[in-house]
Amino acid sequence: MQNRRNFLKVTAITAALAAAGLTSFSALAADTIKVGILHSLSGTMAISETALKETALMTIDEINAKGGVMGKKLEAVVVDPASNWPLFAEKARQLISQDKVAVVFGCWTSVSRKSVNPVFKELNGLLFYPVQYEGEELEKNVFYTGAAPNQQAIPAVEYLMSKDGGAAKRWVLLGTDYVYPRTTNKILRAFLKAKGVADADIMEEYTPFGHSDYQTIIAKIKKFAGEGKKTAVVSTINGDSNVPFYKELGNAGLKATDVPVVAFSVGEEELRGVDTKPLVGHLAAWNYFESIKNPENTAFIKLYKDWAVKQKLPNASTVVTNDPMEATYIGIHMWAQAVEKAKSTDTDKVIAAMAGQKFKAPDGFDIEMDPKNHHLHKPVFIGEVKADGQFNVVWKTKGPIKAQPWSPYIAGNDKKKDEPDTK
Amino acid sequence: MKRVLVALILACLTLCASAALDPLLVRQLAAEDSDEKIAAIEALAKSGDPEAVALLKRLDEGTLKDEQGEDITINNRVRGKIAEAMAALRLFDREPKARLIAVKELLGNIDPGMATMLAKARDHESEPRIKALLEEAYALATIRAADPAVRLAAVKALATSGDANVRTLLLDYYWNKAAEPDLAIRRVAFASYLEVMQRIEIADLVGKVFSGLSLGSILLLAALGLAITYGVMGVINMAHGELLMIGAYTTYAMQGLFRAHLPGFVDWYVLAAVPLAFFAAAAVGILLERTVIRRLYGRPLETLLATWGLSLILIQAARVFFGAQNVEVANPAWMSGGIEVLPSIVLPLNRIVIIGFSLFVLSLVWVLMNKTRLGMFVRAVTQNRPMAGCVGVPTSRVDTLAFGLGAGIAGLGGVALSQIANVGPDMGQGYIVDSFLVVVVGGVGQLAGAVWAALGLGVIAKFLEGWTGAVIAKIAVLVFVIIFIQKRPQGLFALKGRFVES
Repeated sequence: MQNRRNFLKVTAITAALAAAGLTSFSALAADTIKVGILHSLSGTMAISETALKETALMTIDEINAKGGVMGKKLEAVVVDPASNWPLFAEKARQLISQDKVAVVFGCWTSVSRKSVNPVFKELNGLLFYPVQYEGEELEKNVFYTGAAPNQQAIPAVEYLMSKDGGAAKRWVLLGTDYVYPRTTNKILRAFLKAKGVADADIMEEYTPFGHSDYQTIIAKIKKFAGEGKKTAVVSTINGDSNVPFYKELGNAGLKATDVPVVAFSVGEEELRGVDTKPLVGHLAAWNYFESIKNPENTAFIKLYKDWAVKQKLPNASTVVTNDPMEATYIGIHMWAQAVEKAKSTDTDKVIAAMAGQKFKAPDGFDIEMDPKNHHLHKPVFIGEVKADGQFNVVWKTKGPIKAQPWSPYIAGNDKKKDEPDTK
Repeated sequence: MKRVLVALILACLTLCASAALDPLLVRQLAAEDSDEKIAAIEALAKSGDPEAVALLKRLDEGTLKDEQGEDITINNRVRGKIAEAMAALRLFDREPKARLIAVKELLGNIDPGMATMLAKARDHESEPRIKALLEEAYALATIRAADPAVRLAAVKALATSGDANVRTLLLDYYWNKAAEPDLAIRRVAFASYLEVMQRIEIADLVGKVFSGLSLGSILLLAALGLAITYGVMGVINMAHGELLMIGAYTTYAMQGLFRAHLPGFVDWYVLAAVPLAFFAAAAVGILLERTVIRRLYGRPLETLLATWGLSLILIQAARVFFGAQNVEVANPAWMSGGIEVLPSIVLPLNRIVIIGFSLFVLSLVWVLMNKTRLGMFVRAVTQNRPMAGCVGVPTSRVDTLAFGLGAGIAGLGGVALSQIANVGPDMGQGYIVDSFLVVVVGGVGQLAGAVWAALGLGVIAKFLEGWTGAVIAKIAVLVFVIIFIQKRPQGLFALKGRFVES
């Protein structure tokens, strides 16, 4: 009898405590809006993604300093998916269903995005993806703040074909072996063929993630370039493989005036730690460079440099900004604007409010989110590497151009809708 | 009055430094349009004025400013034109080095208009190597001359070239009946083509063998330590890759130390890192052996699990101390660049140094194992542990020292790896499989086997890579090793003699 009474007492107390805990928890949750940050902080992609995590935290800090969103502070939940693609899906699920985040900013490689897409669809979450990619996808739950192929790859190849770009006639398509390089190269091959380049004048080469021995590849490029006609290399190598690739390129004396290499995943951040003097003149195509001069960019660079010093990041004195960092910055600000407009963090309401959002971006333009296709209208810049690791803009579009996620160079894409299926 | 005049002249001499040059041309350098820029560059270069050379050099380096004080930017096309223009001016430089660079630069863009200039430079030239290149350049400039005798001489002279572009040009020359009606000259062109082609093929082969040896030497450095701990002592050490990582991080730490305290000697940090990496990795190795591995001798499965756990601990420790991101280890100046054997093949210096370094480490291990008392003990314990114990070999101490030696050599491998691959907490993971492959193919318990297996696998991988691409090559090597082990489980070299366990 005694025991039973005790049991009841204990149960009652536990229940009361649990209820109190729950209410205090929800009271706390009401004060802040949680946002997830899903970037690899270790493994082969850490070289690129760590800076994006820092940018996201910096932007959240900036927004909070101005009073937050809808009067609530943002609270970042950072997870490390460790360059491990299945782990991305696991961590995304954890962020949405366990941490109850309103939105996730994250992913770099397309394979990681493909791995989390089903999770966001199933749980109706919201992902902002800040990196240039291959297109061929339009998810209702994703906003793409990086470039589609027509905002990066195609203009870059067109530039190399022009007189100023060296009038290249032969092409080496070199990439890491996964979905982004393979799809981009498929689009580029179709594009080059449309421009009258023969199959014999295109060489495609892939290396595994984390590959570090580029001797054979460089020798092959040299051999291919030696068969007459001007040759250019289009590199979609991702992650830390770029360091040994550019080191080998410099050591082998392959100069940009002979065989220019244009890269789509190499920016200021990846070139830190490489001696860029032998690489002067090699190119990169992006929608933003740190060297672009305008008040927004000056403020953005200062914001990040101050942040790096404040956070005591390694080598804080030499930090740089790059395109995906800018895209992260735009994405978070646009999301905050959309939440203010929708007066809610509900996924569907925010998606509706995102259409047509505008933001004055560090690239110098008023960047607009397309009303329909979840992509930004972005300007394109082509830059040449300078001796100090920065880029020198040698070509640019007059203004922002609309993204074509479904490339017209892939058969059957003309029938696809320029907006995601709503269900 | 006079004084004022003198002052004016002096001022003009300093301020109007570029006044001797056409100011219109100088302004044109800042033009938006590349064609205009190039026209200005060509006009300036034609003047041959040393001022013009200095100006072009600044334009090339990106330090030239326009009237608004903004840097004048150039693109690859303009950069190429500057290099060409400067090369033409430098063909008569007093320094042989400058002349060599100049003629190499010109070789890519010869046009018939340069023939007289090249002939003049060739006749002035005393260095045989530069003279040969000038000869080649002259031949390229005159290959379409009106005089058949000149054309014949040009086509003949090109036979000594090693340039892939010349090969293509000669083949086109042979086929193009419209441009060259004389069959005899076309035949000579074909003969020259064959000669050039042969030279390039040989160079290609040399290049492939070199990259194979280079990969082999890296595999050897990674596997040699394992050949001692696994091959000789029978310990399956899954933390071997992390010992490489410790060596690489020691190099990184030394680099930081030199940059901070000995900036004048920063290029020699690698040499200082060599002994340090050995002792750092050896110390960690001995610690592991004393605390964990020695309790598990003779239980290979438990050792495997325990060392795998140790490897995770070491990776995490590196993440805590150095951060999860890769760290930057720069090649010292004497390891950057390459030696040009032929225009189509450059052997990178860092790889040459690493091949030499692996030979050094190999001889060190050989001397240690065959000429020292410790080596004799290790061999004795390997062959027959109870018997060695009976005759007074301190087996447990020998085990510790041998494990430390293997770990130290892995540390040396890490120094080499830091110069060509990325240094990060999980860099070791990428080498553990390759290291075991080398040891197993080579034959457990044999150092010579490891050497042959490393070089063999390296060369095979590189030849396959040239043929199938890096991804397939990796798979093919694994398949090859599986088949090889099926056919010859004891590896390339089997231990002979009386053994306890077998």
